[in-house]
Amino acid sequence: MKYFHLIWAALWRRKTRTFLTLVSIVAAFLLFGLLDSVRVAFTAGNNVAGAGRLVVTSKMSMQQALPVSLAPRIAAVPGVSEVAYADWFGGVYQDPKNQLFMFAVDPNYLDLYPEFVLPADQRKAWDADRTGAIIGAALAKKFGWKIGDKIPIQSTIFPSKSGGSNTWTFDVSGIFHAKDSSQQGSEQMMMFHWKYFDENNAFGSGEVHWYVAKVADPARADAVAKAIDALSANSDHETRAQTEQAFQAGFIKQLINIGFVVAAIMGAVFFTLLLLTGNTMMQAVRDRTSEIAVLKTIGFSGRSVLAMVLAEGVLMLLVGGLIGLGLVALIVPGMAAASGGMMPVHRVSSQTWEIGIALMLVIGLVVGLLPALRAMRLNIVDALSGR
Amino acid sequence: MNAAIADVQPSGPLVQIRNLAKVYQRGKQKLEVLHHINLDIARGDFLALMGPSGSGKTTLLNLIGGLDSPSEGSLSVDGKRIDTLGESQLARWRAGNVGFVFQFYNLMPALTAQKNVELPLLLTKLSASQRRKNAAIALQLVGLADRASHKPAELSGGQQQRVAIARAIVSDPTLLVCDEPTGDLDRQSAEEVLTLLQRLNREHGKTIVMVTHDPKAAEYAAHTLHLDKGTLVEQGAG
Repeated sequence: MKYFHLIWAALWRRKTRTFLTLVSIVAAFLLFGLLDSVRVAFTAGNNVAGAGRLVVTSKMSMQQALPVSLAPRIAAVPGVSEVAYADWFGGVYQDPKNQLFMFAVDPNYLDLYPEFVLPADQRKAWDADRTGAIIGAALAKKFGWKIGDKIPIQSTIFPSKSGGSNTWTFDVSGIFHAKDSSQQGSEQMMMFHWKYFDENNAFGSGEVHWYVAKVADPARADAVAKAIDALSANSDHETRAQTEQAFQAGFIKQLINIGFVVAAIMGAVFFTLLLLTGNTMMQAVRDRTSEIAVLKTIGFSGRSVLAMVLAEGVLMLLVGGLIGLGLVALIVPGMAAASGGMMPVHRVSSQTWEIGIALMLVIGLVVGLLPALRAMRLNIVDALSGR
Repeated sequence: MNAAIADVQPSGPLVQIRNLAKVYQRGKQKLEVLHHINLDIARGDFLALMGPSGSGKTTLLNLIGGLDSPSEGSLSVDGKRIDTLGESQLARWRAGNVGFVFQFYNLMPALTAQKNVELPLLLTKLSASQRRKNAAIALQLVGLADRASHKPAELSGGQQQRVAIARAIVSDPTLLVCDEPTGDLDRQSAEEVLTLLQRLNREHGKTIVMVTHDPKAAEYAAHTLHLDKGTLVEQGAG
């Protein structure tokens, strides 16, 4: 700390150059913070409630259906405390742009998701209404839907038996909220009765696309998953049971490998940053050759000088990086709000801060290393005589 | 000879140089800059080193100040052999024993005069307040107490050199080595700086070795030595 003012003064010796370099560091860490927040939002493990759930799909593909008759057999597997099933329903409201996350679910589906809060009277009303649907608060807000509204939805896949067209009509029975703000993306969902779907679906019946099995002891989830898969082994509907986190990660990976995309973009950004700040540091130390020689003349050791230049590199990265991540912390809540719950993250995660600070330290040390070694090895006599 | 020098008592000359040679390797060429110099510098002396360019006076000054190591011979300061010290030992020795004044002042442009003067004290165990106090005393001694918060760019050449002298004396070294301290100054500023050095020598007992081209500057010294082609050629009163 005794040398801090020296390091700080050296950093700001060329104000414009340092400012421009800091701007590029801020920009790099701003981009990193935003991308990593998206990555964390979509790939991080779910909450504790999700830890005890298994998702069972067809082993072949998620698009392959499974017989609904599997439900009682899964429920009978030791370690499974509850089972529910669901089907994907491609729904559009009024305009093809308004794609909905709609699921046909069995009556106890909500029991497996305590993180969705639906008032008891609304639950009761939904259970009693064959064409009833429950919608997330964000979805209700988006379209201005209220309890009691009748909503016509176009299915992109399933024709309705009753009307002969693809239009399905639902009654809004309830509006649910996410218990945890990190789950607000779920408030974009709409759920209705699988029974109504099955009876009114012109394409067939008795099939579901996935089961959700609650495991009594999450530590035994792997063993229970194997036991569930064993039920359908060598049949025409072999299953793959996996934890909810693994299922979600796999599902998102089918769309886009966010981790890879973030790593690739940030790799390019940080590589450029490394060259830029490395060059700045080299230039800065070259400019200060005589000053470093004077420090060594009056008794600063080579190691002290090495440490000061390294600290200068780290300080520059820390200042720029923390400003960048600080801006992300200000931006993310607004971004989440603007996404209407699609981006289920409301603050920069501790994981992003940790990775960010580690990157600042590592890049700072890397960019400082060559100039620091140069400063340490500087020959006083040569430097003072301008050689 | 070496054993005799190792036994030098504090009461003897401050600087004892025996058979000192310095050879630089420039590519494939060997350049012998100093040829077997023998010299004693008494405590409290003010010595001017003169000679044409390339005569080796700055090289000799660098060796006396512990900035460089000789190729041959021995060099003791205050009874301590410094020609045998390694780089980090020399750095520690310089911090405690020598003050440096350069032709172009070599102050840190981003630091105030006060902070520049405090620099050598960062290597001591003094507290921040004690460092500030000592630096203020040194600045007062060179007549720049009122310029403590100014940065070098806000000071004249003469003032900058006086700040550099304050930096050189702030840790109370035994020896001051000055390389052309007036080489970049106008006549009046040069006289002020030389008078200040003379006062430090006479009133505060600092031993000063000064390289200069200027015979008028050399007149402020108690003795003058001339170097030519790496050899001491003449010795006389200043």
